[in-house]
Amino acid sequence: MADEMIVFDNVHKRFGSKHILNGINLAVKKGETMVVIGRSGIGKSVTLKHLVGLVKPDQGEVWVDGKSVTRMPEWEVYEMRKRFGMLHQGGALIRSMTVGENVALPLREHDNYPESEIWKKVKEKLALVHLNEVEDMMPTILSGGMRNRVGLARAIIREPEIILYDEPTTGLDPIMANAINELVVDLKNKFGVTSIVVTHDMPGAFRIADRIAMLSKGKIIKIGSPQEFLETEDPVVKQFVFGEEEQTEGPIPESST
Amino acid sequence: MSLNFATLSKRSNAMLETAGHAILIIYESFLFLRSVWARRKEIVYQTYICLVGGFPVTMLVAVFVGMVMTFQIGVFLLRFGQESSIGSLVAVSMCRELGPVWTGVILAGLLGSKMAAEIGTMSVSEEIEALQVMAINPIRFLVMPRFIALCLVCPLLTAYADLVGIASGMVISAQILHVDYSAFMSNAREFLEFKDFWSGLIKSMVFAITIAAVGCSQGLRAEKGAEGVGIATMKTVVICCVMILLTDYVMGWFLMNFLGVGA
Repeated sequence: MADEMIVFDNVHKRFGSKHILNGINLAVKKGETMVVIGRSGIGKSVTLKHLVGLVKPDQGEVWVDGKSVTRMPEWEVYEMRKRFGMLHQGGALIRSMTVGENVALPLREHDNYPESEIWKKVKEKLALVHLNEVEDMMPTILSGGMRNRVGLARAIIREPEIILYDEPTTGLDPIMANAINELVVDLKNKFGVTSIVVTHDMPGAFRIADRIAMLSKGKIIKIGSPQEFLETEDPVVKQFVFGEEEQTEGPIPESST
Repeated sequence: MSLNFATLSKRSNAMLETAGHAILIIYESFLFLRSVWARRKEIVYQTYICLVGGFPVTMLVAVFVGMVMTFQIGVFLLRFGQESSIGSLVAVSMCRELGPVWTGVILAGLLGSKMAAEIGTMSVSEEIEALQVMAINPIRFLVMPRFIALCLVCPLLTAYADLVGIASGMVISAQILHVDYSAFMSNAREFLEFKDFWSGLIKSMVFAITIAAVGCSQGLRAEKGAEGVGIATMKTVVICCVMILLTDYVMGWFLMNFLGVGA
């Protein structure tokens, strides 16, 4: 328990009549990369949002470094969020700001760096996600994949302890997806970052994960190392992990979320 | 019958929720006044945008309000040979009522809707959530600067509308009622008190707070994509106009009974 950085303890969440999370139990150790997989719309992003206090559970608790996010007053939630970096689906960039201003935003709001230092860091982080000379561009003219990478640069600009990635490789070509996966591994190895990655990219998941958790019907149905997932005999997990054409007819119905 | 009651109860709950959220936004914006210096660039930018956006329309409307009022009241006064009182009537009604109310309505349409659309678009595209995750409070970052900008601009434009309205009334009274400028001004000066002017500015400050709170609140609560942003914008204009007229009456009564304005 002592080295567990993030704990979901029997978390339930309903939206209207839909029971999205039906008792999630998940623990992520400090410095670990946990990859969460599961079909679209199953509640993976909602699970991440619980961690940063954007969504409150109907039942159960979410713990970050021994403190319950569920019971924190709002000001403490804001303080806690400073330890996080989050890559949202599609980047969620502020469209009225340039790429550079977007990436610089967390630094400008929370640190007292001189302007020259801020721009140095912005360029450095953009280079890490393989983007150069884009600081003055507006997010609206970037491709989806580029926006995602700018979002990632913004998420890591303050070198946070915990990074949440919501589909980091969606919209990227395989070479760039591989580069981003390498970056996730590098951040873990160099800075000991604790990460939760929500993804559908199975090769990427096997590349970056210390452990993988699979979400189905509002519950974590399997947690284990990438090797354990490769060797699993569970038909539901097998169908998702090796989702070849001949295996679309499996225990997971096509319409299930 | 039970269905009607349920609908009524649902609607009144929604109204209470809307009002509660707007009041909460006013409260939180006041709490974040301590960050004024840190957000000074945005405050200056928003003030500039509000001024540039509001200035020409306010002038245009004030000119016509002054002209129409002078013409209509003047023609009536002519029947009784009382046209010499036109200066005081125009000046007092512009400063106490028409200047602040019309400026408020114009700014609700121009700036309240703009705030709702801007912030609403950010809400539906998850930009507000992204700000929150970056530990940036959207009230401090987006709402407070707009709040201050509107609180500065609304009284300023009201004072400007008062002057323009009186000036245009003066021209019409000279041209149509044959009351010359000096007669108009001396009559205005005789009856217009300083409290008529500042009571109008107090009203305009309250209108500014109302417009900013409703616009930002509707924007932050916008959902369901482009349609949601459209609804938030429409609601902002409607709620602001109703609230401006309602608070104008309540404040008029309060200012008269407790501060002797117009008594």
